[in-house]
Amino acid sequence: MTRYVIVGNSAGGIGAAETIRATDPDGHVTILSDESYPAYSRPAISEFLAGERTFGERMLFRDADFYKRLRIECMLGTRVARVHTKERAVELSDGRRVPYDRLLLATGGTPIIPRMEGLTLRGVHPFTTMDHAKSFHEALSSGKNRVVVIGAGLIGCSLVNGLLHRGGIQITLVELKDRVLSTMVDTHASSLVEKRLSKMGVSVRTGRSATRILPRPDDATSVGGVMLDNGELVSCDVVGMAVGVTPRAELAREADIRCNRGILVDAHMETSARGVFACGDVAEAQDFIYGVPRVTAIWPTAYMGGRVAGANMAGATTRYDGCTAMNAFSYFDMALISAGMFDPDPALGYPVVAREKPDAYKKLVIRDHKLIGFVMAGEIEQSGVLFNLLREQTDVRSFEGRLADWDFSMASLPRDLRGAWIGGPGYAAPTEKQPVAGPVAEKVSP
Amino acid sequence: MKRIYPIEDFCIACRHCELMCQLEHSPSRDLIQLFKGTSSSSLKRIFVLQKGPVSLALNCRHCDEPLCAYACVAGALTKDPATGIVNFNQDKCIGCWTCIVACPYGVIVRNPGTGRITKCDLCPGRDVPACVEACPNGALALAEA
Ligand SMILES: Cc1cc2nc3c(=O)[nH]c(=O)nc-3n(C[C@H](O)[C@H](O)[C@H](O)COP(=O)(O)OP(=O)(O)OC[C@H]3O[C@@H](n4cnc5c(N)ncnc54)[C@H](O)[C@@H]3O)c2cc1C
Ligand code: SF4
Ligand code: SF4
Repeated sequence: MTRYVIVGNSAGGIGAAETIRATDPDGHVTILSDESYPAYSRPAISEFLAGERTFGERMLFRDADFYKRLRIECMLGTRVARVHTKERAVELSDGRRVPYDRLLLATGGTPIIPRMEGLTLRGVHPFTTMDHAKSFHEALSSGKNRVVVIGAGLIGCSLVNGLLHRGGIQITLVELKDRVLSTMVDTHASSLVEKRLSKMGVSVRTGRSATRILPRPDDATSVGGVMLDNGELVSCDVVGMAVGVTPRAELAREADIRCNRGILVDAHMETSARGVFACGDVAEAQDFIYGVPRVTAIWPTAYMGGRVAGANMAGATTRYDGCTAMNAFSYFDMALISAGMFDPDPALGYPVVAREKPDAYKKLVIRDHKLIGFVMAGEIEQSGVLFNLLREQTDVRSFEGRLADWDFSMASLPRDLRGAWIGGPGYAAPTEKQPVAGPVAEKVSP
Repeated sequence: MKRIYPIEDFCIACRHCELMCQLEHSPSRDLIQLFKGTSSSSLKRIFVLQKGPVSLALNCRHCDEPLCAYACVAGALTKDPATGIVNFNQDKCIGCWTCIVACPYGVIVRNPGTGRITKCDLCPGRDVPACVEACPNGALALAEA
């Protein structure tokens, strides 16, 4: 009986556990987590803070009897302190050892806390876990209502959105870069988000950094304000630290497993140590658009990477054809999508098509007649068709001119390509009416 | 499993399937009330897509590898192993639209009334889904394929 040990009980860990169980009904699966909750939706902590949902079934990623049903031993509140690759065992913080035949490190990321004065004052909170959201909620419960959020990436925006929905909170958003969401969308889409933020009453300070957190004049142990690099003092009661996350790769590093920024994995999600796999926010897997390993810190990548890791751990050889960014954003009453290389270096000379109308924006990046990146705002319903062309790296030559159409859909594809995707009796044989044109996409498993 | 397949050569874009889908999913199931009302639960879940001479009615494929469910950040989309249906649990959904970019077919829509998504549920309780039954041209087939 194979012993599978999974460190991390979130998107990556669950994706792997489900696939292991589907592949190997007899193996013993253990999930270890230093958090004290069954797997929950991390992105949903924004709605928790908003007061729109309480912690319970609705926030859980899987139903209540998931672990029992899949016969998974789940050890919550248990931290792994060390990995012994030679002995094939993990050591827990209390010294106990758990032996493994296959190990998965799905340890995610840790919030980055920039060094500055005042970090230990009461009222400074990161925002990546359920516990953080609870602390935040408590900090705001005693009538405190002025918040400075440091960092305007996905997590910072998620935090601001939660605060806006909570209501009655004065929010200042500080961002070091010259625009918000700089890693998730292009400059134009950033400006759309900034306009929206101002409209909703959020003060945005781009191109600024926080240099110091100051105590309250009447209470030296609590936050009173944030000093910016231009000398501006923003008074506040609570500081949200949302500068970003960094891969939690220490376990791997200390075990001499090859790491770059994250843990390096091959096409089977296996690390440089035999039998040890990694996925999710902690892993650096091949990005098939950039052609280099990159950390893609989003939920779908973690879950799908987990599925590939799990299958390979259980002995089914499944290849990971790599991942690339597929971002969706739905805060501040805006819908935004971005994927792949949506903001290429102009020096690369890739053709870019961008279109705008009052409530929508669409931008496409093409390389060698293949779609390699796009941004969409407003009208996003057909973004998945574009993403599939990108994922399969379909040659779009025969319909390239249609990609930017506002009404681009499956109907815009050449018939044989559409037929290959949809299948069924309607496409059983090509008819005379429509000549066959364009390449047939090869199916790529996720 | 049985799926709904478009037969595009027979589709004349009359949109009857869309209407009957919407009616099937409306609380009253009454055409007049549906026409007058603004109930957000009665969005259509099948889409007549058109480009030049091409038209076809498309809805969820209930994929064997459901990328929407793999992408869902909240566990709101799950494939039922027994029926093969990719189910949507509105209570869990946080309206992040990740599934929309993940679905290769563009058959998940935002529901402005709920701030969540809407997708085809294959008409629970019906032997033949409303859209298939409604098509006057045989442009939708319920088939094992
Ligand atoms: C506020 C917020 C909003 C977000 N919104 C979105 C969104 O809209 N869309 C999207 O795609 N992504 C979003 N993300 C990102 C997404 O949540 C992550 O990409 C995803 O959770 C990564 O999953 P993972 O399994 O790799 O790691 P994580 O979810 O980080 O889980 C890792 C787990 O491992 C545990 N762990 C780590 N080390 C140890 C150890 N030594 N011993 C025991 N346990 C350990 C951690 O405590 C944690 O529970 C958001 C993130 C945040 C914080
Ligand atoms: S919504 Fe899209 S991805 Fe999901 S099962 Fe249906 S067709 Fe497949
Ligand atoms: S919009 Fe809802 S169903 Fe779709 S991925 Fe987000 S949480 Fe899941």
